[in-house]
Amino acid sequence: MGGAARGEIALALGLLCISGIVLWQTLEIPVSPIYARVGPTIIPMMTGVGLGCLSLALLVSALRGGWQTDEEKEYTPDKLALGWLGAGMLANIVLIGPAGFTVASVVMFTLVARGFGSTQILRDASYGLAFSLVAYIGFARALGIKIGAGPLERLIDSLFKLI
Amino acid sequence: MESLQHLASGFAVALTPINLMWCLIGCTLGTAIGVLPGLGPALTIALLLPITFKVEPTAAFILFAGIYYGAMYGGSTTSILLNTPGESATIVTALEGNKMARGGRAGAALATSAIGSFVAGTIGTLGIAFLAPVVVDIALKFGPADYFSLMVLAFVTVSAVLGSSAIRGLSALFLGIWLGLIGIDLQTGQARFTFGVQELLDGVNVIIVAVGLFAVGETLYMASRRLSGGDEIIPLRGSLWMTKEEWSRSWKPWLRGTAIGFPIGAMPAGGAEIPTFLSYFMEKKFSKKPEEFGHGAIEGVAGPEAANNASAAGVLVPMLTLGLPTSATAAIMLSAFQSYGINPGPMLLTTQPQLVWGLIASLLIGNVMLLALNLPMIAVWVKMLHIPAPLLYAGILVFATIGTYGISQSPFDLVLLYVIGTIGFLMRRYDFPTAPVIIGVILGPLAEQNFRQAMTISAGDWTVFFTRPLSASILAIAAFAILAPKVYELVASRRSGALIVKS
Repeated sequence: MGGAARGEIALALGLLCISGIVLWQTLEIPVSPIYARVGPTIIPMMTGVGLGCLSLALLVSALRGGWQTDEEKEYTPDKLALGWLGAGMLANIVLIGPAGFTVASVVMFTLVARGFGSTQILRDASYGLAFSLVAYIGFARALGIKIGAGPLERLIDSLFKLI
Repeated sequence: MESLQHLASGFAVALTPINLMWCLIGCTLGTAIGVLPGLGPALTIALLLPITFKVEPTAAFILFAGIYYGAMYGGSTTSILLNTPGESATIVTALEGNKMARGGRAGAALATSAIGSFVAGTIGTLGIAFLAPVVVDIALKFGPADYFSLMVLAFVTVSAVLGSSAIRGLSALFLGIWLGLIGIDLQTGQARFTFGVQELLDGVNVIIVAVGLFAVGETLYMASRRLSGGDEIIPLRGSLWMTKEEWSRSWKPWLRGTAIGFPIGAMPAGGAEIPTFLSYFMEKKFSKKPEEFGHGAIEGVAGPEAANNASAAGVLVPMLTLGLPTSATAAIMLSAFQSYGINPGPMLLTTQPQLVWGLIASLLIGNVMLLALNLPMIAVWVKMLHIPAPLLYAGILVFATIGTYGISQSPFDLVLLYVIGTIGFLMRRYDFPTAPVIIGVILGPLAEQNFRQAMTISAGDWTVFFTRPLSASILAIAAFAILAPKVYELVASRRSGALIVKS
């Protein structure tokens, strides 16, 4: 049995926290006396207890050396790449409301491509633009799904009206 | 023979030009996403769920079923040429198929896998047509307690028996059940786990969970190890026409694979991995040239590939007749039924005969289309493997946003998507299966509903699950399924321990 595995311990503790939240929130659900026997808390309670037991079992296994394969354990995740992706997602959340789907998508597309090691920013941005325009026309125009309209989308919509 | 009559009426539905078009779109899209690493049928159908507001149910399910079958065909192409199994069910195909491709026999490997998929898919689909009415007759006797036990069985097998670790599988399942419980309790109107957030009152949409785990999680994972060296794409070599010897070595494995895959898939336990592995070892045993196994034996591609497709067909039996999904894709399809207000279950065949039989007939047609799409046009699909990773994954993330933001145009959903995506990344890195989460989200609330109905009928008597013979025996099977491997392990380790002591 090797030493304790740090990543797995953190994971098990995180899951233990979640099970704690589940139990705490279950106790917060008000139960009307009519439903007392088979009320809305029975299954949540079972879920919380189940999660708690499972996370304890995971913790034991983590303290005994964890379960990750050697290959995965030795691999250090590329933090820079993950950072670019995180930036892309954040930009998307912030931009999609005010700037619309297309702008938000192009920015995310370019940042994610950068994260995967591409350095041709202009090429990526133009691919991203073409891709999100096709997606916008396909989803919003053909299927009628609203996916966030900004200035650019309104322009496209008015172009469609002209045709 | 009643099934044949129904099937004929099903063909009348499926052969209309508009439904043929949906079937073709589904098969093409399915093959494409099957070929592309990182995309799967569950994710694709989840992204397309919003069309259920626009398109009538029969057409939507014909599209979804085409994607479902198409992904199986496309997935094997990637396994053979890239050695990156898209799904756990195609691991075995990669084993021998990739060796064949390296030996310059990619053509034959692709051919035997496509034709095997066709044979198994066709027989499996006919199996649905004949088995479904039989299962319905049994299912009509089920009460809420029996249903609850059946769901427990599905939970146990999907998460604890099929994966690499029971504890991790069950953790994923419970996480899913919890996500499924978030929102307003339909029976009492009580808000549960909403933390005062308005957006959570309607619950966590399964689209967000599926897209987060499969698309965002996968993209983060691939980015985190982008330098680990890409797989080499083996150029397409060798004739697609199988030689006489290859035919004679293939047809028996196809049939044997189907015979293993369909019944296992149709059980309320599900899982496509077990039949593919069983088929692999069976072919190794039956083969006249067992020494070729590990170096590119055609039987090792033909059998598992047929088993995979037959079990994919089998999974539709419990889904349609019991409303019991046993794979992530089936769970997403179930949520499509829910979005139409249709309840899959024993009544589905009587209330929606057009839909069910049209779907089955369209699966048969789809199989023919897929054979035509996959063999002569294989070069087109291989080209898709050359899309550079930065563009592919950037595109996947943009698609993920569309599917999520389209639900209610709420940035909160995007935050939720990326949080679940991060969880998906951690699950991938620490070897947790993700399918049980989806099953938990969909099946959890249904299990709760049945549980409470059963308890209400029995006036709060817990023993109802053990006194009803049906329910009791299903629970016994579930307990056996979870305990038997442990007991076996214990006995085996004791024995080897005893041997060491003796020596």
